[in-house]
Amino acid sequence: MSETAPSCCGGSATGSGCCGGPAAALPALVKAAYLDGDVTTLVGPVPRVRTSLVASDRRGTIKARLGVGRMQYRVAPGLYAVGEPGASAPVLVTANYKLSFDALRRELSGRHAWLLVLDTKGINVWCAAGKGTFGTDELVQRIAAVGLDQVVRHRTLILPQLGAPGITAHEVKARSGFRVEYGPVRAADLPAYLDNHHQATAAMRRVQFNITDRAIVVPVEVANGLKPALLLAAAFLVLGGLARDGYAVSRMLGTGLFAAGGIMGAFLLGAVVGPLLLPWLPGRAFALKGALLGAAGVAVWIARAGFGVSMGDWLSLSAWGLLVPSITSFVLMNFTGASTFTSLSGVMREMRFAVPLQAVAGILGVGLWVAALLFGAGRSV
Amino acid sequence: MRYLETVVTLTYEPSRCTGCQMCVKVCPHAVFDFADKRAVLADRGACMECGACARNCEAQAIQVRAGVGCAAAIITGALTGTEPSCGCSSEGGCC
Ligand code: SF4
Ligand code: SF4
Repeated sequence: MSETAPSCCGGSATGSGCCGGPAAALPALVKAAYLDGDVTTLVGPVPRVRTSLVASDRRGTIKARLGVGRMQYRVAPGLYAVGEPGASAPVLVTANYKLSFDALRRELSGRHAWLLVLDTKGINVWCAAGKGTFGTDELVQRIAAVGLDQVVRHRTLILPQLGAPGITAHEVKARSGFRVEYGPVRAADLPAYLDNHHQATAAMRRVQFNITDRAIVVPVEVANGLKPALLLAAAFLVLGGLARDGYAVSRMLGTGLFAAGGIMGAFLLGAVVGPLLLPWLPGRAFALKGALLGAAGVAVWIARAGFGVSMGDWLSLSAWGLLVPSITSFVLMNFTGASTFTSLSGVMREMRFAVPLQAVAGILGVGLWVAALLFGAGRSV
Repeated sequence: MRYLETVVTLTYEPSRCTGCQMCVKVCPHAVFDFADKRAVLADRGACMECGACARNCEAQAIQVRAGVGCAAAIITGALTGTEPSCGCSSEGGCC
C-alpha cells in the first residue's frame, strides 16, 4: 500500500536510482531489521516480516523524507509472510520502496497475510504505476517467479488503489489467473478494508492533499531546489560588489549579501510557504498562485521597511518586484509534481502562459537590478 | 482543491459501459459515479489524467491522455525531446 503522503514526486525522490546508478538489490534472504525468520511453504522458505518498525526503520524514514541517502531505500522484490499465513491468507501487493513496504507491514500486526513486493526500482506505488514499473508485466512475472499459485489456494490479489494507473486488471487475470482487487488508497485504511469484506468506503478511495501531506513533501522539494537556488544567490552576491566606480568587497557584503538573501527568501517562499498555503492562494494555476505569493512577499517587505525606501531606489524596487514573483512562480509551478490533483493537460496549459512570463520578468528583473547598481541613487537595496 | 478543469482530456462513452464499476473503484478523485447499472461522469473537472480508469475498463468505454501533471517532468521532457515522465533525471527531482 502506499505511504500516507502518496504524492508522486515527493515520496519517490529517494528512489531516484531508477535509471542507472547502483541497483544494489539485496539478496532475497538477507538478514534485514524488518525480517523475523522464515515460514515454510511448498515453494520453500519465505521470509517473515515484522509488523512493528524498529529504530533503524524510523531513522531511514526520516532520512528518506529529508531527501538524504538516496538509492538505497528499497527492499528486495519477492514474496514475504506476515504472521503464519496459510493457503487461504490474503495476498497484498506493494512496491519495493521501503516507505511503501513499511507503511503496509505496520498495519498488519496480528494478521496473517502474504506480501508480494514488485520491483519498482525503489519508487513508491503511485509514481511507479505512472511510469509503468508497478505494472501488468512485472506483476504477472512476479507471480510466476515466486510460484504464488502453489503458495495460496485462492486466486485473488489485493493491490493498492494507486497502483491502478499501471495495472490492467483484466489482463492480469487473463495472463496469470489471478483476479485483481483494488484496496484503499492509504495503507492505514487496510485493516478496516480487510475487516469489512474487502469493501472500501468512498473516503478510502479518495486521495487527499491536506496540510500534513503537503508538509511531508516540503523537505524533499527544498532539497531538490536548493542547489540552483544557492547558485543563483551566489551570483547575486558576487555581482553585488559592482558599481559605477568599480568593484568593492564592502559593497558585495552589503548590497550583494542582501540580494543573495532576497533570492533565498524568494526560493523558500515558493518552496515552503507556497505549498503550505496552497489552498488559500488565489487562482488555480500553481504559477499564478506563486506569482501572487511573491508579489505579496515584496509588498510585505516594503511595508515593513516602513516605506522608508526612497523613490530614488525605484530601479532596485522594480527589480525585486519582478525577480521575487518570477522565482516564487517558477518554484511553486514545480510543486505540481508533488501535488496529487494536477493533470498533464492542466500543467501544460499553465506552463504555456507562465514560463515565458517568468523568463521575461526574471531577465528584466536582473537587468533592472544591475542598472540599479550602476546608475542607482548610491544606496542599493 | 480544484485544478484547471477545462483542458481535461477524459472522454466516456456510456453506451459501451458494461457496469463493472472498475472505474468507480480506481479513480482517486471520484470522477465516476454509478447509477442505473452504468458509470456516470460525476465530476469530470476533477480528473488528473492518471489513466487508471481507462486502463482498467475492459469495455474500452473510457479514453484519456494519461500522463504526469508535473512541471519539472514536462521541462525535462521538452529539453530531452521525450515524453514527460516521472523523475528518471539524475537529479531525481520530480515524480
Ligand atoms: S470500467 Fe468501463 S465498463 Fe466498467 S463501469 Fe466503468 S465505464 Fe463501465
Ligand atoms: S484518469 Fe484518473 S483521475 Fe481521471 S477519471 Fe480516470 S481514474 Fe479518475
